[in-house]
Amino acid sequence: MDYILAIPRSIGTAVLDVLQETGDMFLFLGRTLYWTFTPPLKVNRVVRQIGFMGARSTALIVLTGAFTGMILGLQIYYTLQKFGAEAYLGPAIALSVIRELGPVLSALMIIGRAGSALSAEIGIMRITEQVDALESMSLSPFRYLMVPNMLAALVSFPLLGAIFNVVAIYGGYLIGVKLLGLSAGTYFSGIKDFVGYKDIRDGMIKSLCFGVIMIWVSCYKGYNTGHGAEGVSRATTTSVVMASTLVLVWDYFLNSVMLNF
Amino acid sequence: MNKSPSPSGRGGCNLGDLLMIEVKNIHKSFDGQAVLKGVSLTVETGEIFAVIGGSGQGKSVLLKVIMRLLEADSGDILIDGKSIRGLRGQALYKMRDRAGYLFQGGALFDSMTIYENIAFPLREKTKLSKKEINARVEEELEKVGLSGMGHKYPEEVSGGMKKRAAFARVLVMRPEVVLFDEPTTGLDPILVDSVHRLILWGKKTYGFTAVIVSHEIPEIFGVADRIGMLSGGVMIETGTPDEIRNSRVPEVRRFVRGLSEEVSAGGIA
Repeated sequence: MDYILAIPRSIGTAVLDVLQETGDMFLFLGRTLYWTFTPPLKVNRVVRQIGFMGARSTALIVLTGAFTGMILGLQIYYTLQKFGAEAYLGPAIALSVIRELGPVLSALMIIGRAGSALSAEIGIMRITEQVDALESMSLSPFRYLMVPNMLAALVSFPLLGAIFNVVAIYGGYLIGVKLLGLSAGTYFSGIKDFVGYKDIRDGMIKSLCFGVIMIWVSCYKGYNTGHGAEGVSRATTTSVVMASTLVLVWDYFLNSVMLNF
Repeated sequence: MNKSPSPSGRGGCNLGDLLMIEVKNIHKSFDGQAVLKGVSLTVETGEIFAVIGGSGQGKSVLLKVIMRLLEADSGDILIDGKSIRGLRGQALYKMRDRAGYLFQGGALFDSMTIYENIAFPLREKTKLSKKEINARVEEELEKVGLSGMGHKYPEEVSGGMKKRAAFARVLVMRPEVVLFDEPTTGLDPILVDSVHRLILWGKKTYGFTAVIVSHEIPEIFGVADRIGMLSGGVMIETGTPDEIRNSRVPEVRRFVRGLSEEVSAGGIA
């Protein structure tokens, strides 16, 4: 009898664990948002985190943006050529990048670089009791650790996404115009004709959402890290995997809504 | 027992016969495993109370429960006769403002220098000017014997220096109560003595009440006013150092003498 019950019991336990962690995560997000709007704001820490998350990610974003644009230039040109529509290379690249690839790829890059570091930093602070030390001084870890990162992400993600977009469009230009012989006027005028305010706005909204997701997951996983170095290592890996997956899942839902409005 | 008013200068410590800390029947479990099974103790104002006991008996857990860094499953904690278990938000922070906690590993912020670590609570919790903060930090550094070491990062100094720096970070806020979590673990005998002297000096200078979790037998007998032994999740005996030293409880006797088993007249029992 015990053997028969073991399977539903383990399924039930797993479901309960998932529900509990989901609830914990939302409570964590709620507390972070509460402290975000509770003065005073630690401006110095926000600026420092913008430097860490934003400024120091710029080179990576420029590099990935350039190659993304160049790959798109080759691939989309090849496809458009089949329809005799090479003139639309510029808007095709720009729309793909601004609406989709810019926010998503830049978010994935920042998650890999800054999100993992953030989880590890908070995790190490947790296991070495530095977070408890803040609490013992009557200082909220949310105010000192989560809020500056959240605000830094809200500033950095859209800006890095915008840099990614510009660089990728110029990467596509390099391939389409300089390598494949399309005229520069055709490339850029197409972009001007087909890319609207709504496309840029949607891309920015996505970047903001992905920034919140990264900070939410990275901070939560770091804050609730397991024991010792192994616990921190697991928290870091889990946070990168979970944040990246959530970015893609949330991207789908955002697209579903945005394309209808 | 010292019941004189605290010279801390932070107010709120006028104490007469009030009990400073009272722990009542605290239970705490982790993943179904009971660590504290009804711990009770009282620590009177100005007293140094040491909690001794073997490894894994829940001594550090007890300290964190008192500070509300961990939540007890049941029981109560009273400070000056008022329960702190239900405190939330600012009320909890106000209670913690009266206390300092010296963590086992120091828990210094590793991204800050020792100077910045000590200055940190002053910068965040007070409206002192830069000059005043500097004077206070230098004063504390000097008192704990770390003058000229403020520019170093925690990873660049020894374990003993880290503990002293952490103690300075606690003292700089002039707490009324200090909770010490194994302040001498991993230190050589000379450093153990120097940390104990520092605690006694701190008590004399600032008049704080202290709870020390310690393994240091017999050194702790020279520091504590009273001692309680935690074993099996309960406080099995409480008394003055002499009472504990001459205890008739076999487990306490074994622990105090550092014996793995009771030694009777005829050999190991």
